[in-house]
Amino acid sequence: MARSVSTRRKALNTAIAWGIGLLIFFPILWTILTSFKTEAEAIANPPVFLAFDWTLENYGVVMERSNYMRFLTNSILIAGGSTILGVMIAVPAAWSMAFVPSKRTKDILLWMLSTKMLPAVGVLYPIYLLCIQFGLLDNRLALVVILMLINLPIIVWMLYTYFREIPGEILEAARMDGATLKGEILYVLTPMAIPGIASTVLLNFILAWNEAFWTLNLTAFNAAPLTAFIASYSSPEGLFFAKLSAASTMAIAPILILGWFSQKQLVRGLTFGAVK
Amino acid sequence: MGRITLDKVTKSFGDVQVIPPLDLTIEEGEFVVFVGPSGCGKSTLLRLIAGLEDVSGGQIRIDGQDATRTPPAKRGLAMVFQSYALYPHMSVRKNIAFPLRMAGMDKAEQDRRIEKAASILNLTDYIDRRPGQLSGGQRQRVAIGRAIVREPAAFLFDEPLSNLDAALRVGMRLEITELHDRLKTTMIYVTHDQVEAMTMADKIVVLRAGVIEQVGSPLDLYRAPRNLFVAGFIGSPKMNQISGAEAARHGATTIGIRPEHINVSATDGMWKGRVGVSEHLGSDTFFYVHDTGLGEALTVRVSGEVEFHSGDDVYLTPDMDKLHRFDEHGLRRA
Repeated sequence: MARSVSTRRKALNTAIAWGIGLLIFFPILWTILTSFKTEAEAIANPPVFLAFDWTLENYGVVMERSNYMRFLTNSILIAGGSTILGVMIAVPAAWSMAFVPSKRTKDILLWMLSTKMLPAVGVLYPIYLLCIQFGLLDNRLALVVILMLINLPIIVWMLYTYFREIPGEILEAARMDGATLKGEILYVLTPMAIPGIASTVLLNFILAWNEAFWTLNLTAFNAAPLTAFIASYSSPEGLFFAKLSAASTMAIAPILILGWFSQKQLVRGLTFGAVK
Repeated sequence: MGRITLDKVTKSFGDVQVIPPLDLTIEEGEFVVFVGPSGCGKSTLLRLIAGLEDVSGGQIRIDGQDATRTPPAKRGLAMVFQSYALYPHMSVRKNIAFPLRMAGMDKAEQDRRIEKAASILNLTDYIDRRPGQLSGGQRQRVAIGRAIVREPAAFLFDEPLSNLDAALRVGMRLEITELHDRLKTTMIYVTHDQVEAMTMADKIVVLRAGVIEQVGSPLDLYRAPRNLFVAGFIGSPKMNQISGAEAARHGATTIGIRPEHINVSATDGMWKGRVGVSEHLGSDTFFYVHDTGLGEALTVRVSGEVEFHSGDDVYLTPDMDKLHRFDEHGLRRA
């Protein structure tokens, strides 16, 4: 039975949805707007919304003062590297949990998730010491591994749910057809799970891109990604909101653009299997 | 090639033994049907032969070679699944080519075999489509095509027609039988539909709770069911089973008479009863006759269109040559 919704009700719902959407988006919008203001306008009271002298000066100063490209490259390498490594481990792990579960599979899944319940700072000291011991402070490879480990439980879980949706008979057919385990995963499972894997990759990339705790604590210069780039504008020059905003905008722009282009895929992946 | 021997094969899931020790030989080129009610272990047995499940005990031999621990891909068997199990991201051609590609066969030989399979199964018109664009019958043909290109030692069918509508099922049934006549390869076919079993099989294996109740040709099973279970399972409508005084009069604990072996008369006969529901199929008429004093209502099948109305008195006479006698253990008496 279709529920009838009056036109007025529909308009109201639309207005409320837009309101909530704008509320969530407002801090980002405000950051972007502030990045085009002068420092004086940025802290003006009452704040100015759009009627200010638009300027690119902040961007110029930021570009001049720090090497944006180096931070950007580090972000891409760390987020990209940890994502590729993570997926390479998570696909076989999720395969075995979904298709050859043992009595302990559920427990392992829960245990993996429980590692996310520990506050990161709880292991800062041991990990920091390990990094010193192995000479891995301010090292991109160390960050790739650490961020991969941090996000691994989430992507194993995600892939596990996607794989569960794939009928086991198709994999059995592949086995009968002479596919080895590698062939089964490579030629049958992976192509069928592409939407799920794509959104998992995307989510992992975004999480790794935005990760600030470890990237800030374990890097100084060589391996510093964009999170460190923003941070370098917040602490010593806390009052320079316009420049901080310009740095922030530059740091989030790549991921915003990526998210915008892949939102369809992301939404499809995240709701995959919810409705048959 | 394609002789399969099961030697004291058992299967347990945890503490539950679904197949107690079982012996069975499937001869080369035979069309064998495993039939039984759901949960009787027929699919499990097929999966044990395929290698998709490991046996808990016993030995499986294919052409004399011990294949008990051989992985499915190496057994030289091809399987057609109930859900078709096609690869949705591949075209029909790629689906059929998949086992050949996995075997590392050269491209020219692959193409030759695909063309041959496609022409046998009339797949040529939609060979470049994806499974999602095909009807159920077409999908099942593709699944069969994927099985035949490998030229396997035997085909395994796991209820391949149960997702198709009735008309299509009859057509595909015929096609599979013709395919068997043509290829002369061993086929093992699992179904819960006794009509499929009767029409297709050279040899029927009736299973109940993992135990083989009887093995034989369709007509052997029809004419001489070994026990009450087989008697009730093979034949449609079901055999009438009568126990008590009437059975004792014929020297048995239970007697069985098939609906088509009862003569109906309006005037005289062995048993008197009253007509309940009649089902007119045109070619046949089924009557359900009550109040015969024999326990349950009797089903009677009469050829052609016969007019009896609900409430009419009828007289029934069984064809004494076709009367089945069973002892107190439900086993057939000679």
